[in-house]
Amino acid sequence: MTSKRYVRSPQVAARRLGDEIIIMSASDSTLFTLNEVAALIWEASDGSLALNEIVERDICPAYDVPADVALQDAESLAEELAAHGILRSCEECALAALESK
Amino acid sequence: MSTLIQRMGAKALQLGIPLSVQVDLTYRCNERCVHCYLDHDDHGELTTSEIKHLLDELAEAGVFFLNLSGGEILVRKDFFEILEHAHALRFCIKLKTNALLIREPQADRIRSLGVHSVQISIYSHRPEVHDSITMVPGSLSRSLDAIRFLKARGLKVIIADVLMLQNLEDYPGVRALAGELGVEFTIDPTVTPRMDGNRSILNLNVDQASLRQVFRDEALVGNVQEFCAPSRPADDDDLDGLPCSAGHTACYVSPYGDVYPCVQFPLPSGNVRRSRFLDIWRHSDQLNEVRSITARDLPTCSQCVHLAGCTRCPGLAYMEGNMRGPSIQDCEKSFARSGIPSANLLSRKPPVPRLVQIQGLSKAGHAFSAPRTSGLPVQRDAGSVGQAPY
Repeated sequence: MTSKRYVRSPQVAARRLGDEIIIMSASDSTLFTLNEVAALIWEASDGSLALNEIVERDICPAYDVPADVALQDAESLAEELAAHGILRSCEECALAALESK
Repeated sequence: MSTLIQRMGAKALQLGIPLSVQVDLTYRCNERCVHCYLDHDDHGELTTSEIKHLLDELAEAGVFFLNLSGGEILVRKDFFEILEHAHALRFCIKLKTNALLIREPQADRIRSLGVHSVQISIYSHRPEVHDSITMVPGSLSRSLDAIRFLKARGLKVIIADVLMLQNLEDYPGVRALAGELGVEFTIDPTVTPRMDGNRSILNLNVDQASLRQVFRDEALVGNVQEFCAPSRPADDDDLDGLPCSAGHTACYVSPYGDVYPCVQFPLPSGNVRRSRFLDIWRHSDQLNEVRSITARDLPTCSQCVHLAGCTRCPGLAYMEGNMRGPSIQDCEKSFARSGIPSANLLSRKPPVPRLVQIQGLSKAGHAFSAPRTSGLPVQRDAGSVGQAPY
């Protein structure tokens, strides 16, 4: 199973607050909080691992959830965060880099 | 969003995290505003590396909202180096500036460094009024140009107006200007004492009658009836509540590294040149004293009818001499809003002339005084003004 790779947008503010992460998008001033699981995905999204690998490494061992369900949730979350510009998919980053050349 | 912020604030309070910190990068300034509370000389500002180290410590302590202010932040030649460092640490950054030094290249850099908002002081829509307050000819025009540069780049800009005698009539014009520029507008009717304790600039504050008028401007306050309604009676939640976030989830660091509960609460609580920020935050006796105070501990305010709705600033109270005391400026605001004097104002009423104290001799040669039943402060002896003797 393969899935997309994501990186954290450099344009958002973020800070851990207990088991959550607070995120502010500078582009539209939207404030988000990520719960414990979403926070794990955010923190692991540095582009080195695909989403399914993050789920396998960080989510499945910590939570009693089937891998396919966890991945489905992680994909919806990542897409939502990408829609708000909080995460960026590596494919889109690469495309943007090519276009800027 | 406010609910989410409130929830975050409550969680930060529970975890002992300073969610919001203002760092003044310098007290130097290229304006000389008549109402400014600062001394603009440089008495040994933190160096670039000291500020970067401080920002590292603030991030480690959990600070999310970072307000960079001054003085004028852009007079520091290392301003953008500091801003880059703050950006890399993922703070939610708000800048407070007069914007005189923001042209298009600076606006580009501010945009690229993920700044959340830029607050710019505008005191009037009329150059002759604004420039006479800043003491810099042409300053309104330059600040407005900067607002346009920032706005054109998609940045959130907030115009901040301080209401004082000099510009009392102009705030509707500033608000309209903000509307034309497509930016937010805030107004503060409080000129605060200088940080060295000098209170002479308080003479610039607008008088009670004007404040009453401002508080009844629907365009400014929304529902006037609601805004000016008397406070509801205080309950246990109010009495056990915290006066404000200063020292609880927020604090202030001066250009010299001094940590205070708030920029308006100059209680020296430690210095980041001598101690780690987190150690000061957690263990400072001064901050812990501030944290120990609830509304119930305020001798005058806990008895006041305005307690539940008051905007009492503990820093202003501290500058008046007692952090557990009332802040007269907030008492005046409550009075202007509701027409009901605060407990503090009642206790400060001009001394009642002493009741009749006629020193005379009766036929029998005894001194006498008038009956104590009239209750009227009739002064018959010009030399005996003072508190009523009962």
